Amino acid sequence: MKKLMNDVDQIVDEMLNGMVAAHPQALKRVDGTTVVVRKDAPVNGKVGVVSGGGSGHEPAHGGFVGKGMLDGAIAGEVFTSPTPDQVFEAIKAVDGGAGVLLVIKNYTGDVMNFEMAGEMAEAEGISVKQVVVNDDVAVEDSSFTSGRRGIAGTIFVHKIAGAAAEDGKSLDEVQQIAEGVIKNVKSMGMSLHPCTVPAAGKPGFELDDNEMEIGTGIHGEPGTERTALKPAKEIAQILFDKIHEDMKLESGEEIAVMINGLGATPLMELYVMNHTVADILKQHGLHVTETIVGEYMTSLEMAGASLSILRLDETRKKYLAAEADTTAFKR
Amino acid sequence: MTWTAEDIQHWLKQFADQIHEHKDELTDLDQKIGDGDHGINMARGVKEMNKLFDEKTFATPGELFKAVAMVYIGKIGGASGPLYGSAMMKMASSAGTQETLSDKELIDALKAGKTAIEQRGKASVGEKTMVDVWVPLLQKFDGSDVDWNAFSDEADELKAKTKEMHAKKGRAAYLGARSVGHIDPGSASSALFFQTLAATARERG
Ligand SMILES: Nc1ncnc2c1ncn2[C@@H]1O[C@H](COP(=O)(O)OP(=O)(O)O)[C@@H](O)[C@H]1O
Ligand SMILES: [Mg+2]
Repeated sequence: MKKLMNDVDQIVDEMLNGMVAAHPQALKRVDGTTVVVRKDAPVNGKVGVVSGGGSGHEPAHGGFVGKGMLDGAIAGEVFTSPTPDQVFEAIKAVDGGAGVLLVIKNYTGDVMNFEMAGEMAEAEGISVKQVVVNDDVAVEDSSFTSGRRGIAGTIFVHKIAGAAAEDGKSLDEVQQIAEGVIKNVKSMGMSLHPCTVPAAGKPGFELDDNEMEIGTGIHGEPGTERTALKPAKEIAQILFDKIHEDMKLESGEEIAVMINGLGATPLMELYVMNHTVADILKQHGLHVTETIVGEYMTSLEMAGASLSILRLDETRKKYLAAEADTTAFKR
Repeated sequence: MTWTAEDIQHWLKQFADQIHEHKDELTDLDQKIGDGDHGINMARGVKEMNKLFDEKTFATPGELFKAVAMVYIGKIGGASGPLYGSAMMKMASSAGTQETLSDKELIDALKAGKTAIEQRGKASVGEKTMVDVWVPLLQKFDGSDVDWNAFSDEADELKAKTKEMHAKKGRAAYLGARSVGHIDPGSASSALFFQTLAATARERG
């Protein structure tokens, strides 16, 4: 394992210090926690939007803290959900009296830890609502299992719920708008190369030079299927088909698209993917209102990408285009 | 035997030793069907628990369980943190303010902990989670006349049985059929939890 680090146990703490030191005018840390909030938090009278999860997904989630997106983000250990006490600190730090929405990615650990934090906050008289993002179509959607994971589509939830909160919507309204995003966003990822959790010291799986994993999540785990490496065109088609099968997109629909890099894939390759994806979308007669290409929800140094498609309506279109001023996403 | 807070502390210290000893093994299991952090998470939790034991002494088992619950909830993270933490919390309520616990009362506390895991995680038997150790084990041993050797063997067998299960809950569920053929990491740490309990009972009972 080769990483730029000092002490493996301090890696999250040192990252957060570095992040805040880079953006002192935008971010602050809640002392003694792994919580980062907007410099002006809590914003009086505004619904607070909080998200978080394990570290290793940078810029998620701290990079999306700022006007028009998140009020606060909690960083857990690498790929490990933050604990309830930390989430509770974030809720307290951003509550401006209008309540707090928790945006949770659908992992058993995250859901349980955030729920426990919500219970703690409610006990102190803070209104808390939550939404659980489950955009990953690689996993079967079933009520008999934990269901689908939350991956890159979560960024659309941050963006749109954050803009709605900034626009003065109530906690119930922001929650409803966020639910609308979640129902209409689907993603699918693939990987070319695994990643190494610093404390584990070795990669999560092995891949030969001529192999790839399809249906990978964002925690360095193997995907749902291993296949021979294919040209970008065919990979894009596999990702799109699986999303389309679920969303049943119709010609003429308005959508937003995200090509998200998993950490070690150069922008060049992400643009190649987007070139191919744009072709496929055109063939299906879809109107792409917004295309986002870059690293937003990574998996340490994993190579690979995910495709996310968000179906738009007037509300989602308006809030997607609204102003956002965060260190990793600006509009 | 009669369990004092000190006996329980002895058990949990042995549990901590075993977690440290099997840390890499637990992490390897989690790399196969999860995200490769279970050993790391558990080790972080029990290390902090040992610190607590160095700093404080406890008058009752209930007080000890409660303090350990707070450490687990605050330090382990992931899915196992709230699960082990909620279990300890309910074990604390079950143990109440009694100064000592009989075998039966300790098993009753563990049963309350088992229920907490089921409620928090909403998993059932057969879904390849720690529930597959906790539930059948505590169904089989009700606390009267516990044969601790059999208890320990049963925990080990239940852990081994998770290998052939197809995961329906937790991260392993994302792998679908690919989850078959590997032992569930949370079941492996739970087996250590119960085996160190049995070892303490044999040593001190
Ligand atoms: N819903 C659930 N109910 C009971 N146990 C669960 C559940 N989800 C996960 N687990 C247990 O937690 C273990 C994984 O713990 P850990 O790796 O520490 O957390 P995470 O899965 O968040 O990375 C699994 O092996 C399983 O035994
Ligand atoms: Mg894990």
